[in-house]
Amino acid sequence: MHADLLLAAWTLAKILAISVPLIIAVAMYSYWERKVIGWMHVRMGPNKIGPWGLLQAFADVFKLLFKEIVVPANADKPLFYLAPVLAVAPAFAAWAVIPFDQGVVLANLNVGLLYLLAMTSMGVYGIILAGWASNSRYALLGAMRSAAQVVSYEIAMGMALVCVLVLAGSLNLTDIVNAQAGGKGLLDWFWLPLLPVFVIYFVAGVAETNRAPFDVAEGESEIVAGFHVEYSGSAFAVFFLAEYANMILISFLASVMFLGGWLSPFPASWGLIGQGSWIWLFAKAFAFAFMYLWFRATFPRYRYDQIMRLGWKVFIPITIVWVLVAGCMKYFGWITAGA
Amino acid sequence: MTSVVNYFRSLLLGELLQGMGLTMRYMFRPKYTMRYPMEHIPKSNRFRGLHALRRYPNGEERCIACKLCEAVCPALAITIDSAPREDGSRRTTRYDIDLFKCIYCGFCEESCPVDSIVETHVHEYHFEHRGENVVTKPQLLAIGDRFEAEIAAARAQDAPYR
Amino acid sequence: MTFQLLCFYAFAAVTTLAALGVITLRNSVHAVLCLVLTFFSTAAIWLLAEAEFLAVALVVVYVGAVMVLFLFVVMMLDIKQEPLREGFIRYLPVGIAVAAVMLAEMLALIGVRAMAQVPAPANPAGDSNIAWLGETLFTRFLLPFEIAALILTVGIIAAVALTLRRREGVRHQDPARQVAVDPRTRVRVVKMAAERGQEPAA
Repeated sequence: MHADLLLAAWTLAKILAISVPLIIAVAMYSYWERKVIGWMHVRMGPNKIGPWGLLQAFADVFKLLFKEIVVPANADKPLFYLAPVLAVAPAFAAWAVIPFDQGVVLANLNVGLLYLLAMTSMGVYGIILAGWASNSRYALLGAMRSAAQVVSYEIAMGMALVCVLVLAGSLNLTDIVNAQAGGKGLLDWFWLPLLPVFVIYFVAGVAETNRAPFDVAEGESEIVAGFHVEYSGSAFAVFFLAEYANMILISFLASVMFLGGWLSPFPASWGLIGQGSWIWLFAKAFAFAFMYLWFRATFPRYRYDQIMRLGWKVFIPITIVWVLVAGCMKYFGWITAGA
Repeated sequence: MTSVVNYFRSLLLGELLQGMGLTMRYMFRPKYTMRYPMEHIPKSNRFRGLHALRRYPNGEERCIACKLCEAVCPALAITIDSAPREDGSRRTTRYDIDLFKCIYCGFCEESCPVDSIVETHVHEYHFEHRGENVVTKPQLLAIGDRFEAEIAAARAQDAPYR
Repeated sequence: MTFQLLCFYAFAAVTTLAALGVITLRNSVHAVLCLVLTFFSTAAIWLLAEAEFLAVALVVVYVGAVMVLFLFVVMMLDIKQEPLREGFIRYLPVGIAVAAVMLAEMLALIGVRAMAQVPAPANPAGDSNIAWLGETLFTRFLLPFEIAALILTVGIIAAVALTLRRREGVRHQDPARQVAVDPRTRVRVVKMAAERGQEPAA
């Protein structure tokens, strides 16, 4: 029993070691987003609070935390408070299986990939419940759109991951990264044989997190702010946290699945620069996180029926075809995992 | 043939990449932002801001209470009362400008035969109480005294075009 | 071991309470959420039994997809709560009978299995029962697996065939054609010399 308690405390410490930096990363990511989008609009972005505006995100967080949470009349109060929690819990839980380096992972699950799919699909409950419990038309419409969108894109995302696991031959994320190791650096990674699927995975990830250009769930121009229109103060902050944690998660996942996780893009024979390190993983994830912002600054919002068409009629067929292609690659030995 | 080309063009996301290239290029452009309280956009010498009443170099007020500005003001923002002064000259006893009504068209300045009422380059001012929006003659004269150098310089610069 | 047992009891209690909630709660959305909780804690129990794949598949399929659509429908239906209660007493005997038969069947099944004493198949793939599951599905149980897949496909096609109705004279957009539009076929850019207007009379 004593050893169990010790283990539980140690696990708790590891969980904190992941989630506290994650929260800070979310704060800095929101600052970086405003900065990058500002630059792309030929503006400066936040630059007043702290050096270069670095403390802007913290100022916003403290403002939100001290604001009142307004509960609408006739709202379903327990569910209204439960919804943000349901949104943020899976966004954090999914981080348990992300391998940051060889052996540096909270839970080295053998069903890591499926666990991730399960967690990302759970996030939609927070959105639906927020929409329903708010007792608001706009919120309900946003929730409905979001639910349909997330459920549809999950299929494309799942199929894309099937391609990865066909090549890697494992559902364990550490094994998937190790399957991408080889002498040739970045040419060994899965993005090359799975290029279309790689693109689809990331785009589906953008859709899954309800980000621009797929952010019809909160389409400001038609339904104000969608599912979180009635939320204010810290409840809104929690939704914000969940959304950005999910974005960072998808960035890490895309790096782990297709860009070789912590592996170096240079051949192993190049000495220190060819060695794998968590720095590589963070650099790759940063690049993907930047893509999110780049998309948002570039593309106008998709129309709802176009989103559905893209998901069902374009992404799913391509991924299904590529599952067969990946199977052939594996069967004929064109790709050997962990060469 | 064109349909095939179009198909591949849309499949390979050509237009989307083009758009992303554009935003990436703009990201490194010099920014247009002015950090307003610290930086200011260069102002024209014809800028029409807060009003002022000028004086001659000898300290005599220019205004002769001809009321042309009051007549020309499209927003009816100027109110003038006049009476003879002790020395017999015609002067204003009241010269009020309601800054809430004023549209800063500059007609008063154009109409003034003695260059008395002018609009300065001052555009940063505020009121804290109801009624302060009506600036009175002493206030206008004080503004004129304070910014006389700038006002005179701006008028001199614009003189060839008048 | 004790810690695991404790976890099992906790999850089992949550499962039972949530299942009770499904049939007793007045608000249908709350009931659906209780069902979600039931599934989730069942998955947790399966995880404790080291049936990782089954547990996660339950979460992915039922919690992540089926129940979302279910919730979707329940929210849309706007069910009035009072009429739902009306038949409770009237249908109670039938319900109890069905539950009793199900209980008897399950007990019998467990009893039969216990008597047959089928030895648990040794896990050839070590810790990972997924690889083992996949291999068994595609070798020993290939035919049932394929038949199940076929039945599901038939179900999908049937659902589409039942709801797909082509209505005449409906205008709708075809995004593929919208995307394929070439500006050169729509807009004609005409170059022409600048025209001189009437000179104003001096």
